[in-house]
Amino acid sequence: MKRRDFITATALAAAFGLAGKPVYNVLASKDALASKTGKRLAMVIDLKKFEGNSEMMNKCVDACHSMHNVPDIEGAKEEVKWIWPEPFEHAFLEQNNQFIPENIQNNPILIMCNHCDNPPCVGVCPPKATWKRAEDGVVMMDWHRCIGCRYCMAACPYGSRSFNWRDPRPKIKNITANFPTRSKGVVEKCTFCDERIVKGLEPACVVASKMYEPEAMVFGDLNDDKSNIRKILSENYSIRRKPELSTQPEVYYLI
Amino acid sequence: MLDKIFTGGKKYWAWMIFLSSIIGAGTLAYLHQYEVGLGVTGMGRDVTWAFYISQLTFFVGVAASAVMVVLPYYLHDYKKFGKITILGEFLAIGAVIMCMTFVFVDMGQPLRVVNMFLHPQLTSPMFWDSVSLMGYLVLNIVISRVVLNAERNGVKPPKWIKPVIYTSIPWAVSIHTVTAFLYCGLAARPFWMSAIMAPRFLATAFAAGPALLIIICFVLRKVSKFDVGKDAIQKLAVIAAYAMFANIFFLALEFFTAYYSGMHHHTQHFQLLYVGLEGNSSLVPWMWTSTVLAAISLYILINPNTRKNEKILGFGAIAVFLSIWMDKGMGLIIAGLVPNPLGYVVDYTPTLIELTISAGIFALGALIISALYKSVLTIRRQV
Ligand code: SF4
Ligand code: SF4
Repeated sequence: MKRRDFITATALAAAFGLAGKPVYNVLASKDALASKTGKRLAMVIDLKKFEGNSEMMNKCVDACHSMHNVPDIEGAKEEVKWIWPEPFEHAFLEQNNQFIPENIQNNPILIMCNHCDNPPCVGVCPPKATWKRAEDGVVMMDWHRCIGCRYCMAACPYGSRSFNWRDPRPKIKNITANFPTRSKGVVEKCTFCDERIVKGLEPACVVASKMYEPEAMVFGDLNDDKSNIRKILSENYSIRRKPELSTQPEVYYLI
Repeated sequence: MLDKIFTGGKKYWAWMIFLSSIIGAGTLAYLHQYEVGLGVTGMGRDVTWAFYISQLTFFVGVAASAVMVVLPYYLHDYKKFGKITILGEFLAIGAVIMCMTFVFVDMGQPLRVVNMFLHPQLTSPMFWDSVSLMGYLVLNIVISRVVLNAERNGVKPPKWIKPVIYTSIPWAVSIHTVTAFLYCGLAARPFWMSAIMAPRFLATAFAAGPALLIIICFVLRKVSKFDVGKDAIQKLAVIAAYAMFANIFFLALEFFTAYYSGMHHHTQHFQLLYVGLEGNSSLVPWMWTSTVLAAISLYILINPNTRKNEKILGFGAIAVFLSIWMDKGMGLIIAGLVPNPLGYVVDYTPTLIELTISAGIFALGALIISALYKSVLTIRRQV
């Protein structure tokens, strides 16, 4: 081998080695599980406890929507919603067996952003206006950076995101002063009440549900093996929405 | 070279004024959309991408198809495309500018698009799509300018332009591949999540683009003395025939996988397109028209007797173009979003505002292409 060829070969091998490692990592990746460091915030929703209690369900929705200045827009086309009731056959459309118990069939289910561990909405967002917060796994939004391309809405498999098709402000009944309103042309969604989490408070919907039932909605850290949410999940079988997509949703439902 | 845009006869100016007035109407409609928000379109929380993004998708294909004249001429030394490469490159320039405008009018916060470059998300195909489109625009501007200037001065183009031209060939393929990646990597949308999306995009591009070039060549023959020659047109027709055949083949493969596996969340989108789903059948007439046009165009392009008859070939080219436009510029994007992830079948109809804005962008593309073609024809003294 000539000296020049040798140098070329070494350089090529080195380049391959450098590129090879990330490539190998991608190929070998398993279902992306949440990081084991930091918190992994999650929610459990106990469907039995919501049965026949549409008042509790509405209170949860109202608590969230009024606190977060979510506009009240009529009609499905331009609706904005962070958390809302949905019939089982739509919330769990892949798991809608033919002869399911009436109580499951007839009671709507609260759905919201799942704060997925492997959130497809994050990877597609061109200006990084939505991202997964490293310290606790909350999927965040920056309403001042969002360009309104709606790629995240195409990528979310759960319909969790809403777009402001017009200026939402005239449609907000009572503006909550200490929470931002959004402008037209940006996407918004549930943020697990990140503004409350920093203060050590629980999400608004969870607090609202506790007025009726102590454990209809349970919020906690899955990385803490002594947490109540871990205890509940290990004692009850739970289901999640579209788990087959490897998004690892962090909202668990007890049926 | 651009100075030649402003010299021209009455017909030329009438055409340019006609286009400008459509652009004006489009601009007014856009100002209204800008003021009120994207709520003035037919889009909604489920059909979040529709007519604008469909046009982006279709015209990226038209832009990429320039490679179908550049490649034979520069790589295979197919001399008969000598007169036509510049037309292909100018078509690409117009098409890319249309694409960028379509993306722009689809943005909820258009003034913030810079955020995409200030804080780029490198895993986002939309970021890469913009980068590759801009690069392609620059490549085509540089190449066409340098080559045309050399022609005007009666000298050979400088040597350094060759590698630039060679770069533009894989680049053209890349722009449409990345456009396919916008869709085909989304687990949320089973209709789009198909590995054959990029090849299908390229096949449709390489059929619709050359078909459009054939139409343009016929028009140029009518309005000027410029004639690319029978052989070049026949070659374009053969390219379009192969590409159209590949497109139909790929579509058949999509049907097979969906229907043989019987997976409902794959078949339901085809049902929406071809038979209607839960009472929603607004796309059905379009898709069947597209199918019929595809069959007619294949017959015209494959049968040598019809292909060699330029009158019939003209119809064939129009049929190819319209068939693909209906499939890609109407059906594909909307059907991917309906039913929505919760299983609801929603309807979408573009509004007048949306269509006016789109017409404005079509006119903008036509204006740019007309002006650029005008400059070539003047330089070649063939007006
Ligand atoms: S539910 Fe949707 S919006 Fe929420 S993190 Fe998952 S993919 Fe993103
Ligand atoms: S709409 Fe906003 S949040 Fe969604 S992908 Fe685009 S920039 Fe990101």
